[in-house]
Amino acid sequence: MSFIETITHPWPWYVAGSIVGLTVPTLLIIGNKTFGISSSLRHICAACIPANLPFFKYEWKKEIWNLLFVLGIFLGGVLASHFLSNPVPIEIHPKLVAELQGYGISNFNNLIPVDILNWHALFSLRGFILIVVGGFMVGFGTRYAGGCTSGHAIMGLSTLQWPSLVATCCFMIGGIIMANFILPLILAL
Amino acid sequence: MKSNQENTEFELRSLDAMCVNESQMEHKWYHKIKYLVVGILFGIVFVKAEIISWFRIQEMFRFQSFHMYGVIGSAVVVGVISVWLIRKFDIKTIYGESIQFHPKTFNKGQIYGGLIFGFGWAITGACPGPLFAQIGTGATVILMTLLSAIAGTWFYGLVREKLPH
Repeated sequence: MSFIETITHPWPWYVAGSIVGLTVPTLLIIGNKTFGISSSLRHICAACIPANLPFFKYEWKKEIWNLLFVLGIFLGGVLASHFLSNPVPIEIHPKLVAELQGYGISNFNNLIPVDILNWHALFSLRGFILIVVGGFMVGFGTRYAGGCTSGHAIMGLSTLQWPSLVATCCFMIGGIIMANFILPLILAL
Repeated sequence: MKSNQENTEFELRSLDAMCVNESQMEHKWYHKIKYLVVGILFGIVFVKAEIISWFRIQEMFRFQSFHMYGVIGSAVVVGVISVWLIRKFDIKTIYGESIQFHPKTFNKGQIYGGLIFGFGWAITGACPGPLFAQIGTGATVILMTLLSAIAGTWFYGLVREKLPH
């Protein structure tokens, strides 16, 4: 298999995990930066709509590196989907496929389920919950918890901080409850 | 020596944030481009390892696939070893500064906020980082999810004093 062929196929977990893990020392060594992504949302608030709230009254310009980092993630998404797109169909667990087909999802060719996450669906109750309410919970929850998967699960655990372990366990518990017990009700709407 | 005002500024930025840094050094703007480059590599990994796939997140929470556990688990192992090496050998930054770690104090937000984020993660199939990458792959409707996440962050700032911590 040629190099290009190899990197256009889905990357195995240990390759991805190692690179994600190496982001921690990379950011520390190139500028003493602590890995964390959800803070970028706070910096956007502080820069655009501080509204005199004490939580957003700080010198966000000192955190511009974090905004450049997430801009990079966006550009990485553009590059990967244009130049390294996957030549093989995405493999999804048959049980999940069967369950989702029950909710009218038939397109499994994208990274997101385009049948339920699209501009038209945004104006239905189901789409509104999946897109807008879900997004609100991500933004509110990560800031309330003081970090997301990157800040707590990866950076926090890498530095052996027990509050981050508590947060990570709560992320997983919340996700398991939602995916197994509540999301089916939303998808059935 | 830092002035009192600077100290307060730093404390404010550290509130409920994992990612806070205080390099004492000032550099020209183009030094920041390196963070853009790391972000690009990170975004490519997100897409190529399907970490930003809504379906992979559903499989994870339904225990139908090892993939995401493998990614997060191996990332933590590599992270722990890296941080241990940095501490053990007192590795400096490329500018010669000592690397600082900021201990996180426990508050109830890590439980309540953690659960709320978990709910949102399972619904949207994305944590904050993947949102940016998903938009980059052309899923433009996720822009609404991102805007809503920014609104959620802002709402937290609004009601922060009234919430249990």
